[in-house]
Amino acid sequence: MPSGIVMPKSTKWPTTRKKKLMHFLRSRKIIRNLDLYLLILPVIIFYVVFHYGPMYGLQLAFKDYIAIDGILGSPWVGFEHFARFFGSPYFLRLIGNTLSISILQLLFGFPIPILLALMINEVSNNRMKKITQNITYIPYFLSTVVIVGMLKNFTHPDYGIINIMIEKSGGMKINFIQEASWFRTLYIASGIWQSMGWNSIIFIASLSGVDPQLHESAKIDGAGRMQRIWHINIPAILPTIIIVLILNVGSLMNIGFEKAFLMQNDLNLSTSDIIPTYSYRVGIQGAQYSYATAISFFNSIINFTLLVTINAVSRRVNSTSLW
Amino acid sequence: MAKKKVIHSLNDRIFNTVNYAILTVILLIILFPLIYTLSASFSDPKMVTSGKLYFLPVGFNLNSYREVFKNRDILTGYRNTLFITAIGTLANMILTVCGAYPLSRKDFYGRKVLMMLFSFTMFFSGGIITTFLVVQSLGLMNSWAALILPGAVSTYNLIIMRTYFMNSVPYELQEAAYIDGYSNLGILVRVVLPLSGPILAVIALYYAVGYWNSYFSAMLYISDRSKYPLQLFLREVLIMNQAQNMLDASAEEMARQAMRAETIKYSVIVVSSVPMLILYPFVQKFFVKGVMIGALKG
Repeated sequence: MPSGIVMPKSTKWPTTRKKKLMHFLRSRKIIRNLDLYLLILPVIIFYVVFHYGPMYGLQLAFKDYIAIDGILGSPWVGFEHFARFFGSPYFLRLIGNTLSISILQLLFGFPIPILLALMINEVSNNRMKKITQNITYIPYFLSTVVIVGMLKNFTHPDYGIINIMIEKSGGMKINFIQEASWFRTLYIASGIWQSMGWNSIIFIASLSGVDPQLHESAKIDGAGRMQRIWHINIPAILPTIIIVLILNVGSLMNIGFEKAFLMQNDLNLSTSDIIPTYSYRVGIQGAQYSYATAISFFNSIINFTLLVTINAVSRRVNSTSLW
Repeated sequence: MAKKKVIHSLNDRIFNTVNYAILTVILLIILFPLIYTLSASFSDPKMVTSGKLYFLPVGFNLNSYREVFKNRDILTGYRNTLFITAIGTLANMILTVCGAYPLSRKDFYGRKVLMMLFSFTMFFSGGIITTFLVVQSLGLMNSWAALILPGAVSTYNLIIMRTYFMNSVPYELQEAAYIDGYSNLGILVRVVLPLSGPILAVIALYYAVGYWNSYFSAMLYISDRSKYPLQLFLREVLIMNQAQNMLDASAEEMARQAMRAETIKYSVIVVSSVPMLILYPFVQKFFVKGVMIGALKG
């Protein structure tokens, strides 16, 4: 036996302990499924490094980041960054912009896919139904850059079709993309245009699960189309509606950063600047990592609290819950 | 009774008419910008910018496409994005299967804890700044790995796939394969994956579309222009208004250039969006299924 090899310590364990361990491993099929553990190992590493790593880094929000000292070595400063953010002249504007965009989005963006699904579900010709659905999905496959690019092209003050139309009908041209008062409308309308079809899929899917016999017997009882939609279809998809609503409310403050960032310019900043874009500007572009971390941490905390709260409410009221 | 039936079918007809009318309007709203973009890309710039174009191309020509395909940046971006999308989607699919399969097995000890750890990340995240610092500390800056690794598994897709494996591939079948002497890996490759075509197609499409369309992580991590994906060049052309740079400054006067730049933008949009739109009909029939599975609670 080569001298370098040391026998594992476990061989010295009392036999009962070893037996217990073996029994545990065997009864949980850990040995038999050892390859499954190897399979999932890279995924666990991925989550630890790229999800829990950044969460671990959130301590920066309470520190002053010094690159050479690293996250751990940087000195603690308590709630200094939070205080600075709350006292910042931008604070109220950022909260106001973020909330108003997300609430408007929820108000308009949430019901439209449900209505669309209910309407598509009433189309009796199957081919027509398929064609309609497939057309409504198309915009979802365009990139954010393309969507914002199209928005800019269509609203171009000289060459955009919208302004040409306005001018032909005798109105005044509007430079939509630079007008702060138009930012929300453009943001939300383009969002609905892009994703109403896609977001309706989930409701169409759950509508397809409705038992046709319910409709048959309701017809015999004399119920009209609207009555059947109201009393059969809507109750049938209510659990789905609630789950989607919970998810929407839970990400209320998590507005698509990428589109707002592309639509931003110096002139519309008073309505287009939201917490994530501000945090990006001061953090990545301004290299104030700690301050920016505190801002986005604040945002995540609000989001998470909202999600947990609305989920708890829904669990109590409807016994529908995410977890 | 007969009278009631007549009223009924009349109501029905009114309902259908209104329903079809609204749906037609919705379809027109969705289609108009798409058709306009396509038509404008084939039209005479002067016609487009003076508002002569409504629906079909006016003064059909391919000039703006010629400019687009002559452009170095667009070609570089196209090549890079093709590569990133292919490698990234493959990596994501492999990792997602590796995560989803063990979690789908009833006899996988520890799956509840792992599911909780994974799902938690859907509701709470460290945010861009700290993720940026992690990527930086791993030395991934200015490499394509920075575009792929931080998003290598989407928890949402992982859960969809796991639910599909659980519901559509009977556990008994897997047990039988085990008795026949297959290893777990053998069961995955020979039994589970061949039965999961639709979900693999849908999730691969989700990932591919995500890579093709993303600009943000490249903006964060890539500084070298030769490594830029298509979307970053698109951003320069469409958002930062650099389409005019694609034309020779000496060749024409400014106003005509600005007009040509407009149609070039439309062509760039078409050229960049076509690949995903071509892919889409092939997998479209699986969508509803994929979303439905995702909707079931894991």
